[in-house]
Amino acid sequence: MPDSSAQSTTADLAKRFRAGQVAALARAISIAEDQRPGFEELLHELLTAGPTASRVGMTGPPGAGKSSLVAHVAHAYRAQEERVGIVAVDPTSPFSGGALLGDRIRMNDLATDAGIFIRSMATRGSLGGLAATTKEVLDLVDAFGFERVLVETVGVGQTELEITAAADTVVVVLVPESGDAVQAMKAGLMEIADIFVVNKADRPGAPRLAKEIRQALHLRAGHGVQEPSGHHGVDLTQVARDARPTSTPAVDSEGWDIPVLETNALDGTGVEALVEALGRHRAWLDSSGELDARRRDRARGRVRDVVEREMRRAAWSSMKLQAALDEGVDRIATGAATPYSVARELLAQLLR
Amino acid sequence: MTDSQRRVRVLVAKPGLDGHDRGAKVIASAFRDAGFEVIYTGLHQTPEMIVSAAVQEDVDVVAMSVLSGAHMTLFPRVKELLDEAGADHVLVTGGGIIPEADMEALEARGVGRLFGPGTRTTDAIAYVKEWFAQRETV
Repeated sequence: MPDSSAQSTTADLAKRFRAGQVAALARAISIAEDQRPGFEELLHELLTAGPTASRVGMTGPPGAGKSSLVAHVAHAYRAQEERVGIVAVDPTSPFSGGALLGDRIRMNDLATDAGIFIRSMATRGSLGGLAATTKEVLDLVDAFGFERVLVETVGVGQTELEITAAADTVVVVLVPESGDAVQAMKAGLMEIADIFVVNKADRPGAPRLAKEIRQALHLRAGHGVQEPSGHHGVDLTQVARDARPTSTPAVDSEGWDIPVLETNALDGTGVEALVEALGRHRAWLDSSGELDARRRDRARGRVRDVVEREMRRAAWSSMKLQAALDEGVDRIATGAATPYSVARELLAQLLR
Repeated sequence: MTDSQRRVRVLVAKPGLDGHDRGAKVIASAFRDAGFEVIYTGLHQTPEMIVSAAVQEDVDVVAMSVLSGAHMTLFPRVKELLDEAGADHVLVTGGGIIPEADMEALEARGVGRLFGPGTRTTDAIAYVKEWFAQRETV
């Protein structure tokens, strides 16, 4: 309920946010993360300028070295005098609702650098590798004025791919223990990378994994197979851009050659090459028009999210609909209706 | 999410030079199991690092483990820096080998309750929960 006091605090917070107060950014993030009353007005107020930062997402299995690599990349950007915002996501316990957010441990030497902002987020039940509001949080960090925004997912398996809808550039971090070429050819995680990193490259098996990923990418690019687009089961030309979150990014077909890099996040080996690859990808995003396309996808997704959220809220906060639901459940119990007929009745009421 | 359902965010920090982080890890795990969101920063934190993290993470509570005997310096310093950063709403609490007289002296200086050896984790959790509930009704 946006009463006058809530409005005045929103205005005050927005003012402090624009004045560059870190505490105001931190509070705005909390408000968005908790979806506290009025959070959408606040986002509307603060996000007028649109995205400007370069957003890089790091994803990969637990313990692959995502946090350490993020810290290295952040250092490299700081050396170029760029300000870096980092959002690190860790899992919420489905049992207690609590979370232990430990990514800052790998970033301790950045802790008091005024050009660095680090925020830890718990997934709070979200299953896509990010929290439900991570995208909003990235927008806030972007709007605050950081040139670089780095986001790190929870340790993922093969299908937690929400990062594709949140970042301009997706780095998939694997380790020699991640598996062999067959793993690399499976669907999901392997399809979303703009850049591959094989971390812990001092361990046995790293060069082999890197080679196998390159071979798998080569197959995907259409060399040596009869129907280049057959691996999607659809004609690539038909893959609309707005379907990107569930489809392969336009990579090989549009001139981005996915690099496969080897790093050692303990001593920083290979980080320079990673930063260089990130720069090249950003340049490619700009020149190919892909950045604009990805930002439009994000905007489209955000509008849909908000509409769906509001419709859900509107539906279940309506006493009339609740009453109709209760009454419908009674009829289902006696066999006089099915969940589908009751749902149809409720929808008819809602959309009237 | 209404304000009363809000999850408590706690920074668990280990300031200073002593390397004994078992207690901090035990309390971090217990807080997690109590439904708190715990940001754990690891060893060797300076008060400046702790306060910077507390502000960025917008935490409700800073819980520090001090076993080095430097509690009379570290707790007030963190409290002071938080106040300077405009974060005087943050509860500073913690534990360690701290004589009772010192605990009282620190409380008089705006630090919250401190817990000595042998404390049950449930007591610390109850204290934070109670503080959080009261804070919100104020």
